[in-house]
Amino acid sequence: MKYFLFITVGLIMLVSACKKEKNTASIEMYQPSNFPPAVYNFSTNPVTADGFELGRRLFYETKLSRNNTISCGSCHQQFAAFSHSGHIVSHGIDDLLGKRNAPAVMNMAWSYDFFWDGGVHSLDLVPPNPIKNPVEMDEQFSVVLDKLRATTEYPALFKKAFGSEEINSVRFMQALSQYMNRLVSANSRYDKFVRNEGGTLSAQELEGRDIFNNKCSGCHGTDLFTDRGFHNNGIQSSVTDSGRYLVTLDPTDIGRFKTPSLRNIEKTAPYMHSGKFPTLQSVLDHYSQGVHSTPTLDSALIVNGQPGIPMSSDEKAKIIAFLLTLTDNDFITDPRFSE
Amino acid sequence: MKSIYNILVAFVLVSTFSLVSSCKKDDNTPKGNGPVTLHFDNRFGADDLVLGTTYTNQAGEQLAISTFNYYVSNIVLVKEDGGEYVVPKDECYHLVREGVDSTYELELENVPAGNYNTLKFIIGVDSLKNASPVSERTGDLDVATTASDMYWTWNSGYIFYKIEGTSPAAPYDSMMGASMFYYHIGGYGGYSSATINNIRNVTISASESAIVGEGKNPEIHIFADAKEVFDSPSLLSIAAHPGVMFAPFSTTISDNYKDMFTINHIHND
Repeated sequence: MKYFLFITVGLIMLVSACKKEKNTASIEMYQPSNFPPAVYNFSTNPVTADGFELGRRLFYETKLSRNNTISCGSCHQQFAAFSHSGHIVSHGIDDLLGKRNAPAVMNMAWSYDFFWDGGVHSLDLVPPNPIKNPVEMDEQFSVVLDKLRATTEYPALFKKAFGSEEINSVRFMQALSQYMNRLVSANSRYDKFVRNEGGTLSAQELEGRDIFNNKCSGCHGTDLFTDRGFHNNGIQSSVTDSGRYLVTLDPTDIGRFKTPSLRNIEKTAPYMHSGKFPTLQSVLDHYSQGVHSTPTLDSALIVNGQPGIPMSSDEKAKIIAFLLTLTDNDFITDPRFSE
Repeated sequence: MKSIYNILVAFVLVSTFSLVSSCKKDDNTPKGNGPVTLHFDNRFGADDLVLGTTYTNQAGEQLAISTFNYYVSNIVLVKEDGGEYVVPKDECYHLVREGVDSTYELELENVPAGNYNTLKFIIGVDSLKNASPVSERTGDLDVATTASDMYWTWNSGYIFYKIEGTSPAAPYDSMMGASMFYYHIGGYGGYSSATINNIRNVTISASESAIVGEGKNPEIHIFADAKEVFDSPSLLSIAAHPGVMFAPFSTTISDNYKDMFTINHIHND
């Protein structure tokens, strides 16, 4: 028994030592071969090991909030693919509730715009949103920088990342972008299958893939599993959240929201901008029977003059089986991304 | 011997050349480059604008202003003969904030000599800068500090013009304990989808000229009349529009504030 324990501990040490070595060597940004090209402009802000590390610290830093209780990681949990597990909407500072479901933070470098309504066009400009939002962190951005300047560790971390101890808004946002950009999820069983890296899909999962490609990939296309566009998918019977319209003031955008990626979908429940659906089954039931017809409903969701996409329960089961192959356990357990 | 001759020739050539170029320099020096100060003086009609003072707008509504901020940028100085000097863009993104004296003056350096009588600029921040990388958002454009209350985080873009205050014509806000009106006007046309554009071009002239050159230090004294936003071309009533932010009606307000600037006078001391 003692002997067994010894070997186990030794193995763990060996594994963690290996992982540690991997840490510094492989933090640079990479392009998965089955993804379309990244769209973030890395020439303005390349991912470096020290910038990434500073960004990671900032991501888990509660000093970003007014009363030092909330970090980015509070509502973007790694085990939930950096979404907020089980929360329809998130509770921020003083347990105040947000108005939309916290989206998963992954593959950000492939995103043209951010948030459900796409109101932010650069990843660098994302952090001031939760910081200043009165129901999220409710803090002044300048005060956050002052708090970081007053610490013993951050000036040194900024120096490592940017060459001097100066802490300013540009460096702060760029460091967080370096961390978030590096949150690449491209190692699911599905990925290993399509890249011929030894992953296999069962007959049911392959059938599910065909049905998915036939019925879902119009919006959830490419290996990002999103067209990165905005659609009204009929989840509001009368529009209470205007979505993309708030950003463009274009009436055709009323009730449109950004198509989320379906990667790690097993881990990012509840679903939709409103967190309305707790399970993948309830999502597919919505698409087959629950689609509300409002003036801006996406034309892809009207089949033979009826709202919704016809699907049998067997087809739904196969689609779900396929979707579960998109879970990337390497990503959600990678210690480099952890607090 | 020959080599000494060569050195002599070279010496003569070099000294002649430097003589000529120094003469050229002398020819230009009297004019040279010099500074121009733009002084922004906020008004309410005939009065100096003082925060908290009660004024009456064109609709006959009483109001007291608590915030009056605006961006100017993309400044061009025009000479009497029509020649233009385009101020380098990054030297002239400027936020004027009523109540903060240091924001009233913008000093432009190294302006080529000339007699300038016209000023062109935009109210707001151009679309290119609104879409620029964060590394180019410093100084008056720093979203963490100077620009923090002049920037929409949720719909990335600068607020060009912000006026807030109290008025009996506005609905009572129980949270604030006051009857508040507020106009936060921005919108640069949209990044990936077209939307409202509240950037407005201003051209203002004076009957006199700012004389710019080495040793000169002219100041152009500009009036910005907050009353203008309520007056024309559209009469704006607080009762009808107590709060306007990112909404179609905002273009009516920007069409009004487009005309709020005049050159009152120029100092050539």
